[in-house]
Amino acid sequence: MAKIVVDPLTRIEGHLRIEAQVEGGRIVDAWASGTMWRGIETILKGRDPRDAWTFTSRFCGVCTTVHSIASVRAVENALGIQIPDNARLIRDLIMAFQTIHDHVIHFYHLHGLDWVDIVSALKADPVKTAALASSLSDWPNNNSVGHFKSIQKKLKDFVDGGQLGIFANGYWGHKEYRLPPEANLMATAHYLEALDWQRDIIRAHALLGAKNPHPQTFLVGGMSIPVDPNSQNALNAGSIALLNEVSKKALEFVSKVYIPDLLAVASFYKDWAGYGGFNNFLACGEHADADGKFFFPAGIIKNKDLSKVYPVDQAKIAEYINNSWYSYSDGDAKSRHPWVGETTPNYTGPKPPYEHLDTNKKYSWVKTPRYDDMAMEVGPLARCLVAYASGHKQVKETVDMVLKKLGVGPAALFSTLGRTAARGIETLLVAQKLEGWVGELAANMKKGDYRVANTDKWDPSTWPKEAKGVGFHDAPRGALAHYVVIKDGKIDNYQAVVPTTWNAGPRDPKGQRSPFEQALIGTPVADPMKPIEIQRTIHSFDPCMACAIHIFDVDKKELFKVEVQ
Amino acid sequence: MDRESIYSHLTRKGVSRRDFLKFCAGAAATLGICSSSVPRIAEALEKAQRPSVVWLHFSECTGDSESVLRATKPTLSQLILDIISLDYHETIMAPSGFAAEKSLQDIIRNKKGKYIAVYEGAVPIKDGGVYCCVAGRSAEQIVKEVSAGAAVNIAVGNCACFGGVAAASPNPTGAAGIKDVIGGRVVNIAGCPMNSENFTATIVHYLTFGTLPDLDGNGRPRFAFGKLIHNNCERRAHFDAGQFVRKWGDEGARQGWCLYEMGCKGPMAYQNCPTIKWNGGTSWPVQAGHPCIACAAPSNWDTAYPFYQRLPEVPGAGLTATADKIGLGVAAAAAAGVAAHAAIRYVNKKKCNPEKGEDKDNG
Repeated sequence: MAKIVVDPLTRIEGHLRIEAQVEGGRIVDAWASGTMWRGIETILKGRDPRDAWTFTSRFCGVCTTVHSIASVRAVENALGIQIPDNARLIRDLIMAFQTIHDHVIHFYHLHGLDWVDIVSALKADPVKTAALASSLSDWPNNNSVGHFKSIQKKLKDFVDGGQLGIFANGYWGHKEYRLPPEANLMATAHYLEALDWQRDIIRAHALLGAKNPHPQTFLVGGMSIPVDPNSQNALNAGSIALLNEVSKKALEFVSKVYIPDLLAVASFYKDWAGYGGFNNFLACGEHADADGKFFFPAGIIKNKDLSKVYPVDQAKIAEYINNSWYSYSDGDAKSRHPWVGETTPNYTGPKPPYEHLDTNKKYSWVKTPRYDDMAMEVGPLARCLVAYASGHKQVKETVDMVLKKLGVGPAALFSTLGRTAARGIETLLVAQKLEGWVGELAANMKKGDYRVANTDKWDPSTWPKEAKGVGFHDAPRGALAHYVVIKDGKIDNYQAVVPTTWNAGPRDPKGQRSPFEQALIGTPVADPMKPIEIQRTIHSFDPCMACAIHIFDVDKKELFKVEVQ
Repeated sequence: MDRESIYSHLTRKGVSRRDFLKFCAGAAATLGICSSSVPRIAEALEKAQRPSVVWLHFSECTGDSESVLRATKPTLSQLILDIISLDYHETIMAPSGFAAEKSLQDIIRNKKGKYIAVYEGAVPIKDGGVYCCVAGRSAEQIVKEVSAGAAVNIAVGNCACFGGVAAASPNPTGAAGIKDVIGGRVVNIAGCPMNSENFTATIVHYLTFGTLPDLDGNGRPRFAFGKLIHNNCERRAHFDAGQFVRKWGDEGARQGWCLYEMGCKGPMAYQNCPTIKWNGGTSWPVQAGHPCIACAAPSNWDTAYPFYQRLPEVPGAGLTATADKIGLGVAAAAAAGVAAHAAIRYVNKKKCNPEKGEDKDNG
């Protein structure tokens, strides 16, 4: 029963700390704490709502684009603005490339090292590796012994050189790494290939959004990037050709590398279908077509019951701060709907430097969102389950294919492994949609529809004295909602309920845990000095904050400093 | 390998001399130095050892790390496997917790005075630093420890440079740039996010010449921030001709006319976006029809704001005016006049002169 500190937990975005208690080799309790607050919601007060997206995009540079989309949607909702079809399609493509890019990076570069032992790849036989890889997919490099040899040599030189850089001090050799050396070498090769691939496909964002990170063509009312096949300064036939090219590359990599790797790796870790689950799921719907029908449906699943999907009513969303470092003007016990939400900091935690947080008091900068007073998991698994339970044809077929290949039933989805698999499943489905959206954009151009922005309400003098709106976006990491209240042309209140807030929030007044804290319970920890299992479950959510994880023993003994090697 | 040069490391790994020189030429182009300097860069890199780099995250969004992920000259994998030894970077490093802290402490202890420290994110100094803590320590406590032993301190992105979006009025957390916290010399690779090509070019400059590039009054390298966007803008002729976009998606927008009337801050913004662009030269905001928001200017979230409001009193709209006067007038209005003036004078004087480069950069 050791008390150890794992701080910070890396390969995520932002700053998060988790404290967990271990008993008998399993986690029995856990606390999640966000340790950074910037106050951008406060900064937005009194500003022009048309500028809000430029600020909110800086909430995050990893899921860059998502807070721009939600922000312009919130203002458009408040002012009753319908965007032109081209703007819808350009946003669809931007969102889709974000999802694909984000999920592939997450699988290989953030989550991958929880399952793949890079150092073990040194022991692999390149001939057997090529045989394994080519049995999984016809990706060109997969049958090349020379390719795997050169990757292995690169790795060997790197290790021999003694300057291990980002790979230094990893949990290499941990007995929980179960892939054979050949699978590790294959995954390492794809780790490097994915680095080059992501740089290539994200050109789609530069083309449609000027640059990435932080694309800069969003507007309240549409997009600034013009469409005109007869201009060199607008999206034209050349742009369509480039979009088709990167779309093809995206789908090819996802279907020939990511999905086969995901299935291959998962097959060695099937017991992870037994840990890390949650009960309730919320999806807000995304990729509405021209008639407003979502590709990924909105809905709520309660208590793992896939026989019923409940509709989402945004009025039932509210945030608690009973365990968060804020004050509400009418006391901290009640929740507030985001339109009347407040963000008044009130830090009561320990003075830095500190070893521990007092989790009996407020312990996080993250608020606690609840839907009808229930904690909800959001993200790829929530979307996947809601679509599956709604009878979504493509989702059902793909999920069933994955379950069949792994030889497990739908119950396996409620887990760490299920979450990681769902991310891959939706990446494939979104990549399959790209070609269609590019085609729709080209068809609009062909018929002479060049509209990209609805400017009827651009001038604030056309706005009502008061208005409020909500902008939903089912972002790569899950359901996101921005709430805006506009008075006299200025922002009177702005609140964002973000995916990691749903997943990482501290306990509510009833003591209900949010997904991070709940999912860790029951997770085994084989070696408390190298708690790779915690990384696996926390990374499966793809948190958008940098983490710090603590494990306590039941006696709350002194910290056990872990020195690796 | 500590003794091994970057070039021998590369050749051992099968990188051809030609590819190596191509990379050197790319770096020279970004740095804005003559192609005659390429052999010099190549020579320096052939001798240089891979320096240790620690990259710290504070009040930020990881956009600058993501930017490096998109780097093309060199690519991230070339950068971290071949050019530098990235020994601490929370977003991509394998270890967590104590093992991660060990990586940091190893460098601080064993490479004292030799490592390059890179900072992403602002340092919130209000209320004892409680608004950003990593491993129980405040950002301020960490930055003071790490910067003290660094050979070079580099702030990447406007948050680390100047406080950035977190420091926008009313700056709820007292967010400050690195230089404001530690003093001394800090290279500010400004921008939101920074353009990764400017970061890699700075590293190459340091490895090549053993010195940091010349900085402007805001600590920004002159090779990247010495010129006004407005002066290098591909749409400048339309400004001079009085051809402006008046409405999103209008004929002028489709024909690539000037975005000044839509609020473009190019006339007050110093950065090399128009020449190096983004994502391997694919595009940049003005090319994609959106106004510049002066993301590399200190306090742009207040001084360049509102973003869709036309800048007042830019002389010469519709006329052919001297560009520097425009830049000066506007930048002065944005309270950045002195630095801007210095930058412009420097740029005007600086000509492609390899001999001068040799003299200045020796040692």
